[in-house]
Amino acid sequence: MSILNAMPGAVAQGLIWGLMAIGVYISYKILDIADLTVDGSLCTGGCVCAFMLMAEQPIWLCILAAFAAGALAGVVTGLLHTLLGIPSILAGILTQLSLYSVNLAILDHKASQALFPYLDQLLVDSSDDIKTIIVGTGVVAVVIIGLWLFFYTEIGLTLKSTGDNPDMSRAQGVNVNRNKVIGLAISNGLVALSGCFLTQYNNNVTINDGRGAIVIGLAAIFIGLSVSMKIKPNFVVSLIGVVFGSIVYFAIYTIVVQLKLMHTDYLKMMSALIVVLFLGVPYIKGKLFAGRTARKIAERTVGGGQPHA
Amino acid sequence: MLKITNLGKTFNPGTVNEKVALKGLDLHLKDGDFVTVIGGNGAGKSTLLNAISGVWRPDCGTIEIDGVDVTHMPEHKRAKFLGRVFQDPMKGTAPDMEIDENLSIAARRGTVRKLLWGIRRGERERYRELLKPLELGLEDRLSTKVGLLSGGQRQALTLLMATLQRPKLLLLDEHTAALDPKTAAKVLEITDRIVTENKLTTLMITHNMKDAIEHGNRLIMLHEGRVVVDVSGEEKKLLTVEDLLGLFVKASGMVFSDDRAILA
Repeated sequence: MSILNAMPGAVAQGLIWGLMAIGVYISYKILDIADLTVDGSLCTGGCVCAFMLMAEQPIWLCILAAFAAGALAGVVTGLLHTLLGIPSILAGILTQLSLYSVNLAILDHKASQALFPYLDQLLVDSSDDIKTIIVGTGVVAVVIIGLWLFFYTEIGLTLKSTGDNPDMSRAQGVNVNRNKVIGLAISNGLVALSGCFLTQYNNNVTINDGRGAIVIGLAAIFIGLSVSMKIKPNFVVSLIGVVFGSIVYFAIYTIVVQLKLMHTDYLKMMSALIVVLFLGVPYIKGKLFAGRTARKIAERTVGGGQPHA
Repeated sequence: MLKITNLGKTFNPGTVNEKVALKGLDLHLKDGDFVTVIGGNGAGKSTLLNAISGVWRPDCGTIEIDGVDVTHMPEHKRAKFLGRVFQDPMKGTAPDMEIDENLSIAARRGTVRKLLWGIRRGERERYRELLKPLELGLEDRLSTKVGLLSGGQRQALTLLMATLQRPKLLLLDEHTAALDPKTAAKVLEITDRIVTENKLTTLMITHNMKDAIEHGNRLIMLHEGRVVVDVSGEEKKLLTVEDLLGLFVKASGMVFSDDRAILA
Protein backbone atom coordinates (compact mmCIF):
# COMPACT_ATOMS: atom_id res chain seq x y z
CA MET A 1 0.00 0.00 0.00
CA SER A 2 1.16 3.47 -0.79
CA ILE A 3 0.62 4.65 2.82
CA LEU A 4 3.08 2.07 4.10
CA ASN A 5 5.51 2.96 1.33
CA ALA A 6 5.23 6.58 2.34
CA MET A 7 5.90 5.95 6.04
CA PRO A 8 9.73 5.94 5.89
CA GLY A 9 9.45 9.37 4.28
CA ALA A 10 7.20 10.51 7.13
CA VAL A 11 9.66 9.28 9.73
CA ALA A 12 12.56 10.92 7.88
CA GLN A 13 10.79 14.27 7.71
CA GLY A 14 9.61 13.88 11.29
CA LEU A 15 13.20 13.48 12.46
CA ILE A 16 14.42 16.53 10.53
CA TRP A 17 11.51 18.65 11.75
CA GLY A 18 12.10 17.19 15.20
CA LEU A 19 15.24 19.36 15.43
CA MET A 20 13.07 22.36 14.71
CA ALA A 21 10.51 21.23 17.32
CA ILE A 22 13.30 20.93 19.91
CA GLY A 23 14.28 24.51 19.07
CA VAL A 24 10.73 25.68 19.61
CA TYR A 25 10.57 23.67 22.84
CA ILE A 26 13.52 25.69 24.18
CA SER A 27 11.93 29.06 23.44
CA TYR A 28 8.29 28.20 24.12
CA LYS A 29 8.53 25.74 26.99
CA ILE A 30 11.79 26.63 28.72
CA LEU A 31 12.09 30.38 28.17
CA ASP A 32 8.32 30.90 28.06
CA ILE A 33 8.63 33.00 24.90
CA ALA A 34 6.49 32.43 21.79
CA ASP A 35 9.31 33.15 19.36
CA LEU A 36 8.16 33.72 15.78
CA THR A 37 11.72 34.18 14.51
CA VAL A 38 11.71 30.48 13.67
CA ASP A 39 9.53 30.90 10.58
CA GLY A 40 12.41 32.92 9.14
CA SER A 41 15.41 31.19 10.66
CA LEU A 42 14.33 27.78 9.33
CA CYS A 43 14.60 29.18 5.81
CA THR A 44 17.84 30.96 6.71
CA GLY A 45 19.36 27.61 7.63
CA GLY A 46 18.40 26.24 4.21
CA CYS A 47 19.64 29.31 2.34
CA VAL A 48 22.98 29.34 4.13
CA CYS A 49 23.39 25.63 3.48
CA ALA A 50 22.71 26.13 -0.26
CA PHE A 51 24.96 29.18 -0.42
CA MET A 52 27.84 27.39 1.27
CA LEU A 53 27.44 24.32 -0.96
CA MET A 54 27.58 26.52 -4.03
CA ALA A 55 30.72 28.10 -2.62
CA GLU A 56 32.23 24.59 -2.77
CA GLN A 57 32.48 24.29 1.00
CA PRO A 58 32.46 20.86 2.71
CA ILE A 59 29.07 19.77 4.03
CA TRP A 60 30.08 19.88 7.72
CA LEU A 61 31.00 23.55 7.32
CA CYS A 62 27.67 24.22 5.60
CA ILE A 63 25.88 22.70 8.59
CA LEU A 64 27.91 24.69 11.11
CA ALA A 65 27.36 27.90 9.17
CA ALA A 66 23.60 27.25 9.06
CA PHE A 67 23.52 26.74 12.83
CA ALA A 68 25.55 29.91 13.40
CA ALA A 69 23.30 31.97 11.12
CA GLY A 70 20.22 30.78 12.96
CA ALA A 71 21.84 31.51 16.32
CA LEU A 72 22.64 35.02 15.11
CA ALA A 73 18.99 35.54 14.16
CA GLY A 74 18.06 34.43 17.68
CA VAL A 75 20.51 36.92 19.16
CA VAL A 76 18.91 39.72 17.11
CA THR A 77 15.45 38.83 18.43
CA GLY A 78 16.85 38.55 21.94
CA LEU A 79 18.47 41.97 21.79
CA LEU A 80 15.38 43.59 20.28
CA HIS A 81 13.46 42.19 23.23
CA THR A 82 15.87 42.76 26.11
CA LEU A 83 17.87 45.79 25.01
CA LEU A 84 15.12 47.75 23.28
CA GLY A 85 12.22 46.49 25.36
CA ILE A 86 10.14 45.29 22.40
CA PRO A 87 7.60 42.62 23.43
CA SER A 88 9.11 39.22 22.61
CA ILE A 89 6.38 38.20 20.20
CA LEU A 90 6.80 41.40 18.18
CA ALA A 91 10.60 41.16 18.33
CA GLY A 92 10.31 37.71 16.74
CA ILE A 93 7.96 38.97 14.04
CA LEU A 94 10.32 41.85 13.21
CA THR A 95 13.32 39.55 12.88
CA GLN A 96 11.29 37.07 10.88
CA LEU A 97 10.25 39.75 8.40
CA SER A 98 13.81 41.03 8.11
CA LEU A 99 15.02 37.50 7.51
CA TYR A 100 12.81 37.29 4.43
CA SER A 101 14.99 40.00 2.87
CA VAL A 102 18.17 38.46 4.25
CA ASN A 103 17.22 35.04 2.88
CA LEU A 104 16.55 36.50 -0.58
CA ALA A 105 19.94 38.18 -0.46
CA ILE A 106 21.64 34.90 0.50
CA LEU A 107 19.91 33.22 -2.47
CA ASP A 108 21.22 35.99 -4.71
CA HIS A 109 17.71 37.45 -5.08
CA LYS A 110 16.17 34.30 -6.46
CA ALA A 111 13.05 32.73 -4.99
CA SER A 112 14.57 29.26 -4.92
CA GLN A 113 17.80 27.36 -5.39
CA ALA A 114 18.18 23.73 -6.43
CA LEU A 115 21.10 21.65 -5.18
CA PHE A 116 21.42 19.26 -8.13
CA PRO A 117 25.14 19.75 -8.80
CA TYR A 118 25.90 18.83 -5.16
CA LEU A 119 23.71 15.77 -4.61
CA ASP A 120 26.66 13.51 -3.83
CA GLN A 121 27.60 15.68 -0.87
CA LEU A 122 24.22 15.67 0.87
CA LEU A 123 23.88 13.78 4.15
CA VAL A 124 20.13 13.30 3.78
CA ASP A 125 18.06 12.91 0.64
CA SER A 126 14.37 12.27 -0.08
CA SER A 127 15.40 9.61 -2.61
CA ASP A 128 16.99 7.59 0.21
CA ASP A 129 14.74 7.65 3.27
CA ILE A 130 16.59 4.91 5.12
CA LYS A 131 19.83 6.88 4.94
CA THR A 132 17.92 9.96 6.06
CA ILE A 133 16.43 8.10 9.02
CA ILE A 134 19.86 6.84 10.11
CA VAL A 135 21.55 10.23 9.77
CA GLY A 136 18.52 12.02 11.23
CA THR A 137 18.45 9.74 14.28
CA GLY A 138 22.16 10.33 14.78
CA VAL A 139 21.86 14.11 14.59
CA VAL A 140 18.81 14.15 16.88
CA ALA A 141 20.67 11.95 19.39
CA VAL A 142 23.71 14.24 19.39
CA VAL A 143 21.51 17.32 19.86
CA ILE A 144 19.50 15.76 22.70
CA ILE A 145 22.63 14.57 24.51
CA GLY A 146 24.24 17.98 24.04
CA LEU A 147 21.20 19.79 25.40
CA TRP A 148 20.87 17.32 28.26
CA LEU A 149 24.46 18.03 29.32
CA PHE A 150 24.08 21.78 28.87
CA PHE A 151 20.81 22.21 30.74
CA TYR A 152 22.24 20.50 33.81
CA THR A 153 25.24 22.82 34.06
CA GLU A 154 25.31 25.87 36.32
CA ILE A 155 24.45 28.11 33.36
CA GLY A 156 21.88 25.67 31.96
CA LEU A 157 19.95 25.51 35.24
CA THR A 158 19.68 29.31 35.33
CA LEU A 159 18.33 29.21 31.77
CA LYS A 160 15.54 26.97 33.02
CA SER A 161 14.83 29.19 36.02
CA THR A 162 14.80 32.29 33.79
CA GLY A 163 11.70 31.02 32.03
CA ASP A 164 10.23 29.36 35.10
CA ASN A 165 10.46 32.32 37.47
CA PRO A 166 12.28 35.50 36.38
CA ASP A 167 11.75 37.20 39.78
CA MET A 168 13.41 34.35 41.63
CA SER A 169 16.18 34.25 39.03
CA ARG A 170 17.03 37.93 39.41
CA ALA A 171 16.93 37.63 43.19
CA GLN A 172 19.47 34.81 42.89
CA GLY A 173 21.78 36.93 40.77
CA VAL A 174 20.84 35.50 37.39
CA ASN A 175 21.18 37.83 34.41
CA VAL A 176 17.75 37.11 32.99
CA ASN A 177 18.22 39.22 29.86
CA ARG A 178 21.49 37.57 28.92
CA ASN A 179 19.92 34.15 29.43
CA LYS A 180 17.02 34.99 27.14
CA VAL A 181 19.47 35.93 24.40
CA ILE A 182 21.48 32.72 24.90
CA GLY A 183 18.32 30.61 24.89
CA LEU A 184 16.95 32.23 21.74
CA ALA A 185 20.33 31.74 20.04
CA ILE A 186 20.37 28.01 20.83
CA SER A 187 16.72 27.68 19.83
CA ASN A 188 17.10 29.38 16.46
CA GLY A 189 20.43 27.67 15.83
CA LEU A 190 18.64 24.33 16.07
CA VAL A 191 15.79 25.57 13.89
CA ALA A 192 18.29 26.64 11.22
CA LEU A 193 20.02 23.27 11.58
CA SER A 194 16.67 21.67 10.84
CA GLY A 195 16.28 23.98 7.84
CA CYS A 196 19.72 22.99 6.60
CA PHE A 197 18.83 19.29 6.67
CA LEU A 198 15.42 19.97 5.19
CA THR A 199 17.03 21.73 2.24
CA GLN A 200 19.35 18.77 1.69
CA TYR A 201 16.41 16.39 1.96
CA ASN A 202 14.35 18.34 -0.59
CA ASN A 203 17.40 18.98 -2.80
CA ASN A 204 16.34 22.60 -2.94
CA VAL A 205 15.41 25.62 -0.89
CA THR A 206 12.64 28.10 -1.59
CA ILE A 207 12.03 31.46 0.00
CA ASN A 208 8.73 30.21 1.43
CA ASP A 209 10.30 27.33 3.35
CA GLY A 210 9.48 27.72 7.01
CA ARG A 211 6.20 29.53 6.62
CA GLY A 212 4.05 28.32 9.51
CA ALA A 213 6.97 26.37 10.97
CA ILE A 214 6.20 27.59 14.50
CA VAL A 215 2.77 25.96 14.30
CA ILE A 216 4.23 22.64 13.13
CA GLY A 217 6.78 22.85 15.95
CA LEU A 218 4.09 23.54 18.54
CA ALA A 219 1.89 20.74 17.19
CA ALA A 220 4.84 18.33 17.51
CA ILE A 221 5.51 19.55 21.06
CA PHE A 222 1.91 19.11 22.19
CA ILE A 223 1.51 15.69 20.57
CA GLY A 224 4.86 14.55 21.99
CA LEU A 225 4.42 15.89 25.50
CA SER A 226 0.93 14.40 25.77
CA VAL A 227 2.71 11.04 25.60
CA SER A 228 6.06 11.72 27.29
CA MET A 229 4.56 13.45 30.34
CA LYS A 230 2.71 10.23 31.06
CA ILE A 231 5.94 8.24 30.95
CA LYS A 232 8.28 10.49 32.91
CA PRO A 233 8.16 14.26 33.13
CA ASN A 234 11.88 14.94 32.86
CA PHE A 235 13.95 16.92 30.40
CA VAL A 236 15.42 14.18 28.22
CA VAL A 237 12.18 12.22 27.95
CA SER A 238 10.44 15.48 26.98
CA LEU A 239 12.95 16.14 24.20
CA ILE A 240 12.58 12.58 22.88
CA GLY A 241 8.83 13.05 23.15
CA VAL A 242 9.00 16.23 21.08
CA VAL A 243 10.83 14.42 18.26
CA PHE A 244 8.35 11.56 18.53
CA GLY A 245 5.53 14.13 18.29
CA SER A 246 7.10 15.48 15.14
CA ILE A 247 7.21 12.00 13.59
CA VAL A 248 3.57 11.40 14.54
CA TYR A 249 2.66 14.75 13.02
CA PHE A 250 4.24 13.81 9.69
CA ALA A 251 2.68 10.36 9.82
CA ILE A 252 -0.75 11.97 10.18
CA TYR A 253 0.16 14.42 7.44
CA THR A 254 1.19 11.58 5.13
CA ILE A 255 -1.97 9.59 5.82
CA VAL A 256 -4.12 12.63 5.10
CA VAL A 257 -2.27 13.28 1.85
CA GLN A 258 -2.19 9.66 0.71
CA LEU A 259 -5.85 9.00 1.42
CA LYS A 260 -6.68 12.36 -0.13
CA LEU A 261 -8.74 13.14 2.97
CA MET A 262 -8.45 16.79 2.21
CA HIS A 263 -7.04 19.09 -0.41
CA THR A 264 -3.37 19.81 0.35
CA ASP A 265 -4.26 23.51 0.45
CA TYR A 266 -5.97 22.85 3.80
CA LEU A 267 -3.03 21.13 5.47
CA LYS A 268 -1.74 24.30 7.10
CA MET A 269 -5.14 24.84 8.64
CA MET A 270 -4.98 21.29 9.96
CA SER A 271 -1.70 22.08 11.76
CA ALA A 272 -3.27 25.17 13.28
CA LEU A 273 -6.30 23.17 14.40
CA ILE A 274 -4.07 20.62 16.14
CA VAL A 275 -2.47 23.42 18.15
CA VAL A 276 -5.86 24.99 18.90
CA LEU A 277 -7.13 21.63 20.17
CA PHE A 278 -4.12 21.00 22.40
CA LEU A 279 -4.22 24.49 23.88
CA GLY A 280 -7.97 24.95 24.00
CA VAL A 281 -9.23 21.62 25.30
CA PRO A 282 -7.16 21.59 28.54
CA TYR A 283 -8.18 25.20 29.17
CA ILE A 284 -11.89 24.49 28.85
CA LYS A 285 -11.51 21.26 30.82
CA GLY A 286 -9.64 23.12 33.55
CA LYS A 287 -12.40 25.68 33.83
CA LEU A 288 -15.14 23.05 33.99
CA PHE A 289 -13.18 20.89 36.39
CA ALA A 290 -12.28 23.78 38.70
CA GLY A 291 -15.93 24.78 38.84
CA ARG A 292 -16.99 21.27 39.73
CA THR A 293 -14.35 20.90 42.47
CA ALA A 294 -15.29 24.23 44.00
CA ARG A 295 -18.93 23.24 44.00
CA LYS A 296 -18.15 19.94 45.70
CA ILE A 297 -16.15 21.66 48.43
CA ALA A 298 -18.88 24.24 48.87
CA GLU A 299 -21.48 21.50 49.21
CA ARG A 300 -19.40 19.72 51.78
CA THR A 301 -18.65 22.79 53.88
CA VAL A 302 -22.00 24.55 53.82
CA GLY A 303 -23.97 21.33 53.92
CA GLY A 304 -25.39 21.17 50.45
CA GLY A 305 -26.08 24.85 50.00
CA GLN A 306 -25.83 26.60 46.67
CA PRO A 307 -22.33 28.04 46.21
CA HIS A 308 -23.67 30.92 44.17
CA ALA A 309 -26.23 31.97 46.77
CA MET B 1 26.25 47.54 56.80
CA LEU B 2 23.43 49.40 55.07
CA LYS B 3 23.52 53.14 54.61
CA ILE B 4 20.62 54.85 52.89
CA THR B 5 20.85 58.60 52.42
CA ASN B 6 18.09 60.95 51.30
CA LEU B 7 16.33 58.28 49.23
CA GLY B 8 13.47 59.56 47.08
CA LYS B 9 11.08 57.92 44.64
CA THR B 10 7.93 59.20 42.99
CA PHE B 11 5.80 56.93 40.85
CA ASN B 12 3.98 58.27 37.79
CA PRO B 13 5.34 61.79 38.24
CA GLY B 14 3.34 64.57 36.61
CA THR B 15 0.19 62.48 36.25
CA VAL B 16 -3.00 62.23 38.27
CA ASN B 17 -1.64 58.96 39.64
CA GLU B 18 1.46 60.67 41.03
CA LYS B 19 2.52 58.97 44.25
CA VAL B 20 5.43 60.04 46.39
CA ALA B 21 6.56 56.71 47.83
CA LEU B 22 9.87 57.68 49.44
CA LYS B 23 10.54 61.22 50.62
CA GLY B 24 14.19 61.69 51.52
CA LEU B 25 14.48 58.55 53.59
CA ASP B 26 17.60 58.07 55.74
CA LEU B 27 18.43 54.74 57.32
CA HIS B 28 21.61 53.34 58.77
CA LEU B 29 21.91 49.66 59.76
CA LYS B 30 24.78 48.31 61.82
CA ASP B 31 26.27 44.91 61.20
CA GLY B 32 24.00 42.30 62.79
CA ASP B 33 20.99 44.57 63.23
CA PHE B 34 17.65 42.76 62.93
CA VAL B 35 15.24 45.56 62.14
CA THR B 36 11.49 45.14 61.88
CA VAL B 37 9.68 47.63 59.66
CA ILE B 38 6.06 48.65 60.15
CA GLY B 39 3.83 51.30 58.66
CA GLY B 40 0.39 51.73 57.15
CA ASN B 41 -0.52 50.96 53.56
CA GLY B 42 1.42 53.18 51.20
CA ALA B 43 3.94 54.20 53.84
CA GLY B 44 6.77 53.06 51.56
CA LYS B 45 7.80 49.79 53.18
CA SER B 46 7.86 47.62 50.08
CA THR B 47 9.13 50.55 48.03
CA LEU B 48 12.10 50.75 50.38
CA LEU B 49 12.91 47.06 49.97
CA ASN B 50 12.49 47.24 46.20
CA ALA B 51 14.85 50.22 46.10
CA ILE B 52 17.47 48.27 48.05
CA SER B 53 16.95 45.23 45.79
CA GLY B 54 17.29 47.32 42.65
CA VAL B 55 13.89 46.57 41.12
CA TRP B 56 14.10 50.16 39.82
CA ARG B 57 16.37 53.17 40.28
CA PRO B 58 15.52 55.81 42.88
CA ASP B 59 14.99 59.44 41.81
CA CYS B 60 17.53 60.71 44.32
CA GLY B 61 19.68 59.56 47.19
CA THR B 62 22.22 56.78 47.59
CA ILE B 63 22.23 53.20 48.86
CA GLU B 64 25.43 51.70 50.24
CA ILE B 65 25.81 48.07 51.26
CA ASP B 66 28.93 47.33 53.29
CA GLY B 67 30.65 50.39 51.84
CA VAL B 68 29.73 49.64 48.22
CA ASP B 69 27.52 52.17 46.46
CA VAL B 70 24.87 50.02 44.77
CA THR B 71 22.49 52.84 43.83
CA HIS B 72 22.98 52.25 40.11
CA MET B 73 23.88 48.58 40.18
CA PRO B 74 21.46 46.33 38.24
CA GLU B 75 19.24 44.01 40.24
CA HIS B 76 20.98 40.76 39.32
CA LYS B 77 24.41 42.18 40.20
CA ARG B 78 23.57 43.47 43.65
CA ALA B 79 21.86 40.15 44.34
CA LYS B 80 25.25 38.93 45.56
CA PHE B 81 24.83 41.14 48.65
CA LEU B 82 21.18 40.33 49.27
CA GLY B 83 18.97 37.50 50.38
CA ARG B 84 15.34 38.14 49.53
CA VAL B 85 12.06 36.56 50.56
CA PHE B 86 8.87 37.90 49.02
CA GLN B 87 5.34 38.22 50.33
CA ASP B 88 4.05 35.91 47.59
CA PRO B 89 5.27 32.36 48.36
CA MET B 90 5.20 31.62 44.60
CA LYS B 91 7.72 34.34 43.82
CA GLY B 92 10.87 33.03 45.50
CA THR B 93 11.22 29.59 43.92
CA ALA B 94 11.09 28.06 40.43
CA PRO B 95 8.03 25.75 40.50
CA ASP B 96 8.91 23.55 37.52
CA MET B 97 12.37 22.77 38.94
CA GLU B 98 13.34 20.34 41.64
CA ILE B 99 14.14 21.32 45.23
CA ASP B 100 17.84 20.53 44.79
CA GLU B 101 17.99 22.50 41.53
CA ASN B 102 16.46 25.54 43.21
CA LEU B 103 18.96 25.23 46.05
CA SER B 104 21.91 24.84 43.69
CA ILE B 105 20.97 28.03 41.84
CA ALA B 106 20.74 29.83 45.19
CA ALA B 107 24.03 28.34 46.38
CA ARG B 108 25.76 30.06 43.46
CA ARG B 109 24.27 33.51 44.00
CA GLY B 110 26.96 36.10 43.40
CA THR B 111 29.39 33.69 41.73
CA VAL B 112 30.23 33.50 38.04
CA ARG B 113 28.27 30.52 36.76
CA LYS B 114 30.16 28.19 34.45
CA LEU B 115 29.65 25.18 32.23
CA LEU B 116 30.23 22.85 35.16
CA TRP B 117 27.69 20.42 36.56
CA GLY B 118 24.88 22.38 38.18
CA ILE B 119 24.74 20.05 41.17
CA ARG B 120 28.03 18.48 42.12
CA ARG B 121 29.15 15.64 44.34
CA GLY B 122 28.29 16.14 48.00
CA GLU B 123 25.93 19.01 47.35
CA ARG B 124 22.77 17.00 47.86
CA GLU B 125 24.10 15.76 51.20
CA ARG B 126 24.67 19.34 52.30
CA TYR B 127 21.15 20.35 51.24
CA ARG B 128 19.66 17.41 53.12
CA GLU B 129 21.45 18.52 56.29
CA LEU B 130 20.26 22.10 55.86
CA LEU B 131 16.66 21.05 55.16
CA LYS B 132 16.38 18.77 58.20
CA PRO B 133 16.09 21.52 60.85
CA LEU B 134 13.10 22.97 58.95
CA GLU B 135 11.20 19.85 60.05
CA LEU B 136 9.09 19.84 56.91
CA GLY B 137 10.29 16.52 55.53
CA LEU B 138 11.84 18.24 52.51
CA GLU B 139 15.18 16.49 53.06
CA ASP B 140 13.66 13.28 51.68
CA ARG B 141 12.10 14.99 48.67
CA LEU B 142 15.10 16.66 47.01
CA SER B 143 13.98 15.72 43.50
CA THR B 144 10.38 16.86 43.99
CA LYS B 145 9.27 19.77 41.84
CA VAL B 146 8.87 22.84 44.04
CA GLY B 147 5.48 23.60 42.47
CA LEU B 148 4.09 20.60 44.37
CA LEU B 149 4.96 22.09 47.77
CA SER B 150 2.62 24.13 49.97
CA GLY B 151 2.98 27.88 50.40
CA GLY B 152 4.60 27.48 53.81
CA GLN B 153 7.08 24.89 52.55
CA ARG B 154 7.97 27.10 49.61
CA GLN B 155 8.46 30.10 51.89
CA ALA B 156 10.71 28.12 54.23
CA LEU B 157 12.67 26.90 51.22
CA THR B 158 12.97 30.46 49.90
CA LEU B 159 14.30 31.54 53.27
CA LEU B 160 16.94 28.82 53.14
CA MET B 161 17.80 29.79 49.54
CA ALA B 162 18.14 33.44 50.55
CA THR B 163 20.72 32.53 53.19
CA LEU B 164 22.54 29.60 51.54
CA GLN B 165 25.18 32.06 50.39
CA ARG B 166 25.51 34.28 53.45
CA PRO B 167 23.96 37.60 52.38
CA LYS B 168 25.25 40.91 53.71
CA LEU B 169 21.64 41.91 54.10
CA LEU B 170 18.50 39.80 54.38
CA LEU B 171 15.30 41.43 53.08
CA LEU B 172 12.00 39.94 54.23
CA ASP B 173 8.97 41.56 52.61
CA GLU B 174 6.01 40.48 54.74
CA HIS B 175 7.11 36.96 54.07
CA THR B 176 4.52 35.39 56.40
CA ALA B 177 1.52 37.54 55.41
CA ALA B 178 0.16 35.05 52.87
CA LEU B 179 0.41 32.05 55.22
CA ASP B 180 -2.07 30.66 57.74
CA PRO B 181 -1.32 31.67 61.37
CA LYS B 182 0.25 28.34 62.33
CA THR B 183 2.50 28.17 59.28
CA ALA B 184 3.36 31.85 59.68
CA ALA B 185 4.53 31.23 63.24
CA LYS B 186 6.64 28.29 62.06
CA VAL B 187 8.26 30.31 59.27
CA LEU B 188 8.95 33.16 61.72
CA GLU B 189 10.58 30.70 64.09
CA ILE B 190 12.80 29.42 61.26
CA THR B 191 13.57 33.04 60.36
CA ASP B 192 14.70 33.81 63.91
CA ARG B 193 16.90 30.74 64.02
CA ILE B 194 18.59 31.38 60.67
CA VAL B 195 19.13 35.08 61.41
CA THR B 196 20.57 34.38 64.86
CA GLU B 197 22.77 31.45 63.79
CA ASN B 198 24.30 33.38 60.90
CA LYS B 199 24.26 36.77 62.64
CA LEU B 200 22.55 38.25 59.60
CA THR B 201 21.78 41.92 59.16
CA THR B 202 18.06 41.85 58.44
CA LEU B 203 15.21 44.11 57.40
CA MET B 204 11.82 42.51 58.01
CA ILE B 205 8.61 44.19 56.95
CA THR B 206 5.53 43.04 58.83
CA HIS B 207 1.91 44.05 59.14
CA ASN B 208 1.79 42.50 62.57
CA MET B 209 2.77 44.91 65.37
CA LYS B 210 3.19 42.06 67.83
CA ASP B 211 5.68 40.31 65.54
CA ALA B 212 7.45 43.60 65.00
CA ILE B 213 7.91 44.01 68.74
CA GLU B 214 8.81 40.39 69.48
CA HIS B 215 11.43 39.97 66.76
CA GLY B 216 14.67 41.80 66.13
CA ASN B 217 16.66 44.31 68.11
CA ARG B 218 15.34 47.44 66.46
CA LEU B 219 12.02 48.67 65.12
CA ILE B 220 11.32 51.42 62.62
CA MET B 221 8.02 52.84 61.51
CA LEU B 222 7.58 54.42 58.12
CA HIS B 223 5.07 57.08 57.28
CA GLU B 224 4.74 58.90 53.99
CA GLY B 225 8.08 57.72 52.76
CA ARG B 226 10.14 58.55 55.82
CA VAL B 227 11.25 56.91 59.06
CA VAL B 228 9.07 58.42 61.79
CA VAL B 229 9.79 56.04 64.66
CA ASP B 230 13.09 54.34 65.43
CA VAL B 231 13.47 52.39 68.68
CA SER B 232 16.07 49.84 69.64
CA GLY B 233 17.66 47.98 72.52
CA GLU B 234 16.00 48.08 75.93
CA GLU B 235 13.46 50.63 74.82
CA LYS B 236 12.22 48.25 72.12
CA LYS B 237 12.01 45.30 74.51
CA LEU B 238 9.60 47.21 76.72
CA LEU B 239 7.44 48.34 73.83
CA THR B 240 3.72 47.45 73.66
CA VAL B 241 1.29 47.67 70.79
CA GLU B 242 -0.41 50.62 72.55
CA ASP B 243 2.96 52.38 72.83
CA LEU B 244 3.49 51.95 69.11
CA LEU B 245 0.11 53.42 68.26
CA GLY B 246 0.87 56.36 70.52
CA LEU B 247 4.28 56.82 68.88
CA PHE B 248 2.70 56.76 65.48
CA VAL B 249 0.09 59.38 66.31
CA LYS B 250 2.77 61.60 67.81
CA ALA B 251 5.17 61.20 64.90
CA SER B 252 2.70 61.59 62.10
CA GLY B 253 0.38 64.06 63.77
CA MET B 254 -2.66 62.09 62.77
CA VAL B 255 -4.94 59.38 64.05
CA PHE B 256 -5.10 55.98 62.40
CA SER B 257 -7.73 55.95 59.75
CA ASP B 258 -7.32 52.28 59.13
CA ASP B 259 -6.36 50.38 62.26
CA ARG B 260 -6.91 47.03 60.60
CA ALA B 261 -4.11 47.60 58.13
CA ILE B 262 -1.49 47.94 60.81
CA LEU B 263 -2.91 45.78 63.59
CA ALA B 264 -3.68 42.78 61.47
